[in-house]
Amino acid sequence: MHELNIEIKKKIFPLKTQNKEGKNLIFKNLNLTIKKGQFVSFFGPSGCGKTTLLNIISGLDKDFYGRVHQWSKKSQNIATQDITTQYSFSNISYMFQTPRLFPWLTAIENIKYPIKKKKNSEKIAFELIKKIGLEKYKNEYPNRLSGGMQRRIGLARAFAPNPNILLLDEPFISVDKKISNSLRKLLIKLWNKNKPTIIFVTHDLEEAIVLAERIFFFSNLPSKILLDYKINLARPRKENSKAFLSLKKLLSSKTRYKKNNPDSNNRI
Amino acid sequence: MDTILKNEFFRRFISILLLIFVWEIISRIIGDKIILPSPINVSESIKYHASNDLFHHVYITLLRVITAFFLAMIIGSAIGIVMGRRKKLDDYFDGWLILALNIPALVTIILCFIWFGLNEVAAVLAVAINKIPTVTVIIREGTKAIDEKLVEVGKIYKKSRFEITKEILIPQLLPYFISAARSGLALIWKIVLVVELLGRSNGVGFKINEFFSMFDTTSILAYTLVFVLIIMSIEWFLVKPCEKKLTEWRL
Repeated sequence: MHELNIEIKKKIFPLKTQNKEGKNLIFKNLNLTIKKGQFVSFFGPSGCGKTTLLNIISGLDKDFYGRVHQWSKKSQNIATQDITTQYSFSNISYMFQTPRLFPWLTAIENIKYPIKKKKNSEKIAFELIKKIGLEKYKNEYPNRLSGGMQRRIGLARAFAPNPNILLLDEPFISVDKKISNSLRKLLIKLWNKNKPTIIFVTHDLEEAIVLAERIFFFSNLPSKILLDYKINLARPRKENSKAFLSLKKLLSSKTRYKKNNPDSNNRI
Repeated sequence: MDTILKNEFFRRFISILLLIFVWEIISRIIGDKIILPSPINVSESIKYHASNDLFHHVYITLLRVITAFFLAMIIGSAIGIVMGRRKKLDDYFDGWLILALNIPALVTIILCFIWFGLNEVAAVLAVAINKIPTVTVIIREGTKAIDEKLVEVGKIYKKSRFEITKEILIPQLLPYFISAARSGLALIWKIVLVVELLGRSNGVGFKINEFFSMFDTTSILAYTLVFVLIIMSIEWFLVKPCEKKLTEWRL
């Protein structure tokens, strides 16, 4: 089976301010398995460690106990508290909360960045910029483009290396609804081509239902999975259809979050 | 007239003419060549020295400026980047840096001459040592201001340390390099003159000392003007276009 396995024994956030238990425990014994090519969403309140989890999966954060491995052939031994293994995934891509484009590179150069060394990078980047409808702006610098356009370019860059795993951390936050809707459509369109495994972090339930095949609901800290729900709605999903609305109602009633104490409300 | 005044180039031109005009007026009021020669005296003096050894000395000084400049930029940047990236090293050596910044140029120059002798190496080294701390401070601040979030993008796409430096760190440091280069050029040529005055037998500084002993203000201004013009053309025709090209994305 080609799967992405995440087994986290313990993850502590090294902050000086400590909560009641005396430590900033983010995860304890968190286990997830994600099928290859699945579009998964991590849903939960702000500050519940979703971004931390993406950073662990991507390999940016190696300060945890446990392991993350890709396409495993039956895990040989169970991770102990002392083992930290982050297999460097060969083909992972990450779209952050802000587009993080290089301001000194043009739109097309930004898209090309992950695959610069490949021979056909020019062609791939051009095809992508056409797909996102910005070929007219290919030689513009990001600062001269709107927030929505910058996010399109960020999305194209994330798909440029043709990743096996694509992580998205609330990528469409702080753009208006019309634009974020079109960005979501674009994401589905790009995903459909080669179907990488996608992990999409959001705190917008509607967005999770529109996009994902499976939603993991995370609790407040220390974060646990409250619910693992498969979405079977046909695509394209309409936010105002009856089935959609009733599912949204069901899910939000199932996962009512307790008011968390104000200081754990901070983003992690 | 109104449209001409809107032209930036024209306004700059007018400003230079105005300066020469004011200079001429003041020199006429004073009426003493030793205190302030007129622009015409100076331009004639330039013509005279140009047919003599002016360009020989200017060339030698320029060579010293350029060598000291690159030496200071390379060493200063390297130290600055390391100090900016390594907090511990920064803690250790910040005090040294402040000390180095506060040593007067004259002291470094004399010490270099005492230690290494009255030679070319000592001269260039003395100038570079004066400039290194300022370059280090500017580049260290630039390095501290580097956006780690962009570095993370490089890490995600498995770029090597060298690639990250070249493709992500250096572009973010460019504005700081340019500002260090600009202030460096202006400072270095002034120090080079002092070095030449104290321990060299050629170059603009040496000549100015010679004219000083003869109270030849006209020749002093002639040499100064020529050298200032050269430094200004480096700024206009080299530094500025480079800056424009390298930072066009910031507009």
